[in-house]
Amino acid sequence: MVSRRLFLRSAALLGCSAAASPLLTPLALAGAPGDNRLVVIILRGAMDGIDVFQPYGDRNLRRLRQTLSLGPDHGAIDLDGFFALHPGLSPLLPLWAAGHLAFAPAVSTPYRDKRSHFDGQNLLEAGTGTDIDLDHQQDGWLNRLLQEMPDQASETAYSIGVEDMRILQGPAPAKSWAPEANLILGPQAALLLSHVYHDDPLFREAGGQAMEIAEQLQGSGQPELARDEHLALAQFAADRLNRDTRIASFSLGGWDTHARQAGNISRALQRLAETILVLKEGLGTHWDRTTIMAVTEFGRTAQENGSAGTDHGTGGALLVAGGTLRSSRAMGDWPGLAEGDLYDGRDLMPLRDIRAYAAWALHAKFGLPKGTLERRIFPGLEMGSDPRMLA
Amino acid sequence: MLLHMQHGPPDVQMSLPYGQLAAIRLGFGLSPLLTSPDTAAAVAASARQSGPDAHAVTMPIVREMQVEVLRLAKLAREGGDQEEYRQYRQEMGRRHFHAVVERFVRALDAPSGFGERLVAFWASHFAVRGGNPHTDLLSAALVDEAIRPHLTGRFAEMMIAAETHPAMLLYLDQVSSVGPNSIRARRRPDKGFGLNENLAREMIELHSLGVGADYSQKDVEQLARLLAGLTYNNKSPEIFLERNSEPGAEIILGRAYGNDRDHGTLNDIHAAITDLATHEATARHIARKLAIHFISDDPPQSAINRLAGVFHDTGGDLAAVNLALAEAPELDSCFRQKVRPPFEFLVTSLRGLGVTGDALRRMHRKDVRQSLLEPLGNMGQPWARPKGPDGWPEAASDWATPQGLAMRINWAMTQPSRLVDPLPDPRRVLADALGDSASPALRWAVPKAESRRDGVALILASADFNRR
Repeated sequence: MVSRRLFLRSAALLGCSAAASPLLTPLALAGAPGDNRLVVIILRGAMDGIDVFQPYGDRNLRRLRQTLSLGPDHGAIDLDGFFALHPGLSPLLPLWAAGHLAFAPAVSTPYRDKRSHFDGQNLLEAGTGTDIDLDHQQDGWLNRLLQEMPDQASETAYSIGVEDMRILQGPAPAKSWAPEANLILGPQAALLLSHVYHDDPLFREAGGQAMEIAEQLQGSGQPELARDEHLALAQFAADRLNRDTRIASFSLGGWDTHARQAGNISRALQRLAETILVLKEGLGTHWDRTTIMAVTEFGRTAQENGSAGTDHGTGGALLVAGGTLRSSRAMGDWPGLAEGDLYDGRDLMPLRDIRAYAAWALHAKFGLPKGTLERRIFPGLEMGSDPRMLA
Repeated sequence: MLLHMQHGPPDVQMSLPYGQLAAIRLGFGLSPLLTSPDTAAAVAASARQSGPDAHAVTMPIVREMQVEVLRLAKLAREGGDQEEYRQYRQEMGRRHFHAVVERFVRALDAPSGFGERLVAFWASHFAVRGGNPHTDLLSAALVDEAIRPHLTGRFAEMMIAAETHPAMLLYLDQVSSVGPNSIRARRRPDKGFGLNENLAREMIELHSLGVGADYSQKDVEQLARLLAGLTYNNKSPEIFLERNSEPGAEIILGRAYGNDRDHGTLNDIHAAITDLATHEATARHIARKLAIHFISDDPPQSAINRLAGVFHDTGGDLAAVNLALAEAPELDSCFRQKVRPPFEFLVTSLRGLGVTGDALRRMHRKDVRQSLLEPLGNMGQPWARPKGPDGWPEAASDWATPQGLAMRINWAMTQPSRLVDPLPDPRRVLADALGDSASPALRWAVPKAESRRDGVALILASADFNRR
C-alpha cells in the first residue's frame, strides 16, 4: 500500500543529502604506498613497431615495405622529421604535443630466435633473462615489484581482464577483476531502470553513467559489444587507480598481423589509443602521476610478407604515455634497416633491453634502488645509462 | 508507448508500519523469513542478541596463531619447510574468512538486525585496518572483544576495550610509543625511545570529543604521555608495561592523572578514557555520528540534541541511546535519505531474497569470494579496509557513484540467480524486500521486465532498495 507519500517525501528530501558534497578521502594517507601509478599494457600478438612508428627517414624502409608503413605521404603523421606516427594512433597527437607520449623504436626482451608468442610473452611478463627455464618461472616482475613496496596491500595492484596476467602472479597479493561475469542489461531492462531512477537526482545522474559503464562491461554475452571491452578495462583501471591501487595491468590483443595488416593494425591501434585516452580522462589530476607502458613480446619482420602483413620478428617498439614523462621523443638509437643492420638478416635489430626502460621508470617513480632492480625485479639486467624518460 | 506511466489514484496516505520502518532503517531490511519486532523497545532490546558468540575471534586465538606463524616463517627462512609455513598462513586466512562469513550470517539471520548494524557502526567508529593474515584477525578480534560485549553497556567500557585492544594499539602506532623518561628510555638512552601521538590524537579527535571540541595540542601530548606503557607483543597477554610508561602526573583537559610514582598505571589510563568517554563534547560527537549513520547525512539538530541529551544524562548508557534512536521520529521523517553502504546492500539483498545464514555457510569459499567479498571491494568497501582511522564514509554521494552503482547493477543482474535457485518471482521479491515502501515507479516497472532475472535486478538496483 501507500508509498506515494513516502515516494514523494524521499524525492523531496533529497536536497538534504545532495547538499553534502562528496568529501573525497585524500589518497595520500600514511597507509597508501606512494602516489605514483604504473599501468602496464601487454600488447599480445607482437606489435609491428615499424608500422606504428614509421621510420620514413630511413631510405631502406621503402625497399622493405610496399603496402605498409608508407610514411607521411600516405596518412602517417610526422613526429620528428624521421619517424611518423601511424594514423591509427592520431588520437594521441595531443599527448605528443603536450610532452606526454614517447617511444623506443628498437627494443626487445632477451628472448631470441624461436619467435613463439607464448614463450615471448612469458619472458616479457617474467622479466627475467633466458638463463631461467620458463617452465619454472613462478612470478611476474610486477609481483616482485609489489613485494618490494613497503605498504603494499591487496588493493595495491590489479590485474584486469579475462587474460591470465602472469606479470602480476606471485606471492604478493594482487587483485584481479574481469568483466566476464557480465551484466547483460538488455535494452528493455536499461529502459526500465532509467525510468526507476528518474525521480531521484542522485541515482538518475550516477545511474546514467553507471549504465554506460555497465554497457561497456558487456562482452561475452553480446558479441557486438565485445569490441569495446578495452574501454571497460581502462575505465575500471582508472577507477581503481584513483583509489588505493597503484599498479594495474591488462592485455590488448589483435596485433598478430600476418595478413592484411593495414586494416587489422588500425583497429588494434584505435583500441590502444582509446584505452590510453580513457585512462587519461578517468585519472583526472592523477594522470600527472601516471606512467603507462605498452609492451609487446617481440617485433615483426622488417620485410612485408606476401599477404600484405608481417611475420614474427625480434626488435619492436615500446610505447610510453603519461603525465610523468619528461618530453615527447623517440628514445634510444635507431639501428637502421640496411641488409647488414638487420638481426638474423630479417628483423629489426633490438638495441636495448625493454626491461631497462621499465627498471629506470621504477627507479624514478617507486624509488627502487638499482641493485634491487638488477637483482630482484629483473634478475641479470644491466640497466645501463638513464634514458631520462620520466621527469 | 512502452514507458508511458500510469500512476493511478494516489494510494492511501499512511506511514510504514513500525516493524517495516525499523527493519529498513535500523536493520538489514525486510525478509520473507523473518519479522522485525514492532516496538521501539523490542528493537532496542534486540541489540543484546549481538554479543560475542561461539564463533568469536579472541586474542588468545590470534596470539597463538601469530606465534606459530612467526615460528614457521623463521624456520622457512632458515631453509626449513616452506610448505608448512604457507599452509599455516592459509589457515589464518581461513580463520578470518570464517569470521567474515559469520558476520554475514548474523546479519542475515537476526530478526531485527539492529544489533548487527550497531556492530558495523561501532566497528567503523573504532576503525582498524586489516589486509594481511595478522591484521585481518586482529580486526575481527576487536569487533568480538571490544564492540560486541558493550553494545548495550556503557560507552566508556567500549572505549576502554577498543583503545586498549591490540588491534588498535598496532594500527595507531601505540606499540612504538615509549615514555621519554620511562625506566626503559632511561636505561637505554642510545635507543632514542620517544612518544608516538597517533593513538592519543585519534582517541580525542575521532573516538571521543570530536575535532571541533575545545581541546589543544597540549592535551594530545599529555594524553600520549599518559598512554605510554600501552603496547602489544604477541608473546604476552599483557598490554601494559610499567617500564615503558612515563613517571609523574599528566594533565588532560585540566585534570591530573597519575601521581608521583616513577611509572604510570593502567588504572590512570582507564580513568582518563572514562572521563573522555563521558565528556559533554563526546555526547554531542557520538550523537551526531549516530544520527548521520541512522537518520540522515545531514540530520536535524533536534535529533542530535535528543540523542546527545540521553547520552549525557545517562553517563553514556548505550542501551538508553539505542532506545532513543529506535524511538526517533526522524526515522520516518527523514526516510530514504541514506544510501546503504555495500555491506548493507549485499546483506539486505540476500535477506530480501530469503537466503539464510545456513545457506551461506554451506557455500564454497570460492563462491563466497566471487559473489560477496570481491563485489564488496568493487563497490568500494573492501572488507575491514577503510581508508583511514575515520572509518567508512557516510555521504550518499560517496556510495552512489557511477562506478559503484555499475557494480551494484552488475551484482543485481548476475548474482541472485547464482545464489537463489529458483529465483523467486520478482513481484514476490518486491513485496518481500520492500514491503509497503516501494515507489509507484518501481511497482510499475517490475512486472514489465523481460525475465525474472531482469525483474529482480531492477528491484535490487533501484533507488528504493539502495536507500534507507
